[in-house]
Amino acid sequence: MQPLLTLTGLSKSFGAVAALRDVHLDLHPGEAHALVGENGAGKSTLVKVLAGVVARDAGTFTLDGLAVSFAGPADARAAGIAVIYQEPTLFPDLSVAENIFISRQPLRGLRRIDPAAMRSRAAELFGRLGVHLDPDRPARGLSIADQQLVEIAKALSFQARVLVMDEPTAALSGVEVERLFAVVRSLRDAGAAVLFISHRFDEVFALCQRVTVLRDGQWVSTDPVADLSAEQLVRRMVGREVSSLYPKLPATVGEPRLQVRDLTRRGFFSGVHLTVHSGEIVALAGLVGAGRSEVVRAVFGIDRYDRGAVLVDGRPLPPGSPAAAIAAGVALVPEDRRLQGLVMELSVERNATLPRRWSLSRLGLLLGAAERRSARTWADRLNVKAARLADPVSTLSGGNQQKVVLAKWLSTEPRVLIVDEPTRGIDIATKAEVHRLLSSLAAEGVAVLMVSSELPEVLGMADRVLVMHEGRLVDEIARDRADEESVMLAASGHREAGG
Amino acid sequence: MAHRVFVVRELGVLLALGLLVLVTAVRNPRFLSAQSVKDLLLGSTILAILAVGQAIVIITRNVDLSVGSVLGLSAFAAGTMFVAHPGAPVVLAFGLGIGLGAACGVVNGGLIAAARVPALVITLGTLYVFRGIDYTWATGRQVNAADMPPGFLRLGTATVLGVPVLALFAVAVVAAAGFVLRSYRSGRELYAIGSDPPAARLAGIAVGRRVFAAFVASGALAGFAGVLYAARFGTLDANAGLGSELNVVAAAVVGGVAIFGGSGSVYGAALGAVLLSTIGSALPVLGINPFWQRAAVGALILAAIGLDRALAARLARTLRGGTARGG
Repeated sequence: MQPLLTLTGLSKSFGAVAALRDVHLDLHPGEAHALVGENGAGKSTLVKVLAGVVARDAGTFTLDGLAVSFAGPADARAAGIAVIYQEPTLFPDLSVAENIFISRQPLRGLRRIDPAAMRSRAAELFGRLGVHLDPDRPARGLSIADQQLVEIAKALSFQARVLVMDEPTAALSGVEVERLFAVVRSLRDAGAAVLFISHRFDEVFALCQRVTVLRDGQWVSTDPVADLSAEQLVRRMVGREVSSLYPKLPATVGEPRLQVRDLTRRGFFSGVHLTVHSGEIVALAGLVGAGRSEVVRAVFGIDRYDRGAVLVDGRPLPPGSPAAAIAAGVALVPEDRRLQGLVMELSVERNATLPRRWSLSRLGLLLGAAERRSARTWADRLNVKAARLADPVSTLSGGNQQKVVLAKWLSTEPRVLIVDEPTRGIDIATKAEVHRLLSSLAAEGVAVLMVSSELPEVLGMADRVLVMHEGRLVDEIARDRADEESVMLAASGHREAGG
Repeated sequence: MAHRVFVVRELGVLLALGLLVLVTAVRNPRFLSAQSVKDLLLGSTILAILAVGQAIVIITRNVDLSVGSVLGLSAFAAGTMFVAHPGAPVVLAFGLGIGLGAACGVVNGGLIAAARVPALVITLGTLYVFRGIDYTWATGRQVNAADMPPGFLRLGTATVLGVPVLALFAVAVVAAAGFVLRSYRSGRELYAIGSDPPAARLAGIAVGRRVFAAFVASGALAGFAGVLYAARFGTLDANAGLGSELNVVAAAVVGGVAIFGGSGSVYGAALGAVLLSTIGSALPVLGINPFWQRAAVGALILAAIGLDRALAARLARTLRGGTARGG
């Protein structure tokens, strides 16, 4: 049978980072095809290429045997490719019916939109999906499950032949997943090709005929799911040696520094209970969207929480106050340094001293000399490569920006250091420097809580690994027992409750 | 549901307007005389047309601060044309004003698309640039009513069945813009863009082109308003419309156009303009010191924003509670 869609030799780079290298994929009509891989394996980039959102650098892309090239999302849609993103992309102010038919609303005389026809066609689509949604209500306030149903209705409405679903079940409950699968099966049986991205292997096995594994932007394998076990899949996804990149120093584990008690924020995470001791590096592992960043943001006081308590050195931290957290000796190096960690237009030295502008000031005036001296000390210690410390941070490379963020927080001499994806998007050499630094800080008695999606980093650096799955801590794995498989299985929800 | 809230918001402005007129009329019945109502309508016309253009831009999550300067430029252009060619047809003045305004809109939209800088900054810049061009061109000259053809000036005072022609122009503009925004794909796309710009891109909407078009529309309407200004006041210097941009934004916000885009209507914006102008006329009648007028406008803006927040919160509660799902 001729494949409906083929990709061969697909490559895509963003700057110096190769997101996809020589990837191939073919989808047959009537097939549900799973795409699996670790975070950062290139799945989302592949989806964006299919959706016409990013242009490929190299490779061929055919539909029905004909080469295609998309200038934008509208082209992909016209070719019959519907994409349902991890985060549904609805317009909150528009009605559900308009969201389905935006730019394709049914028309009547004078090319006016025909609201009655639009409403009845939306209702008909919901009827086919077996759901009751009011087509007239605004999309604002819909649950994630309902938003996804609207996206599926949209895909149905233009008779998509290829349906791409990027982790559609991440936020769904069991019943909702079942209903979604029923819809997907009926689409598949009607001859559509479905590309299904999921971290839940049970779903992959239940829904799909074939599975393609990506790792580090490269194609690893494509097999019928019947030929593979979950363990084999995990091994193919991880499939690399934990190198000696991670110079973990032995540290004496001391007093509990950071204690989190039953922390709950409705809709994000619940009942999170953890302790980090002085001298210890604890990794918080899990899939994207498991709620790890949300937990550390709440601990640091950026987000509020509904229940629970945070204690530093035994003293409770008032909720919702980063200032109090800083005063208590907590530092958070955030995930997205561009958005949360740095003021891109300010100079390196200004950024590096931002959290300490009061302790560096005399009589309320910030003295340039003190600022420069402090910045120089930390820039040296972290090997920040900047032409001049007076240059704006935006002129530095990603790795050096990350070092400035670290310098900024380390200069406060924290006793509890929380790092969220400390080495995302930086080169190997800088990664090693960051790891060496974290390790030496722990040896000095700092309690380190590290959120990381990179398994080798988690396994190489952590004394203990806590695994989160869908807003809950599901497992705690000691350093000597932690390996790729145990962490991945727990992260994908295969192991409930932990020691 | 969306439409119901939509209507509630505009009814609120209408209610406030009715209340204001009622209280003022009780205090002084002459406030409702034919002449006084006519003056009210005339006074609201230009602001209402500008507010319609502004609403179109704000709905896309942008803002156009240059409208006052565009109005000034186009008013002066219309006047100067009559000085140079006393016999020129009136239609030509409208063509010139609207064309000039649209050209200013092209400059705004083009700069925003090219520089990828927020519209607030770009139009703050062009506010001064357009006004500067106006000053340079006028070099202190003034165009007087005597320079303009009587047929043109009559537009400013003529009435049809007691309703000023200028107000009819405004009604036509509001109706046409409202129709396009409500019933055409391109109009709905403006709402989509303001509601969630990245999602609009993913949906394949030509975001840049639509925003550009919104600025051209706003410019053209400001140009149109400039010609009406010339017809109404007859005497023109380079200061026409000076400082009116914030009034225009205020009218749109009071009328329920959300400053973050995606919701509101041109009807609401126009009603907001009428309400603001009416406050201006009502306060002296009520014996309130005119110095308080600005404070009253400010309070109204805050009240409108408060109302929007309250409505949004209530809507959110209703929607969460009433999420209908079946199996």
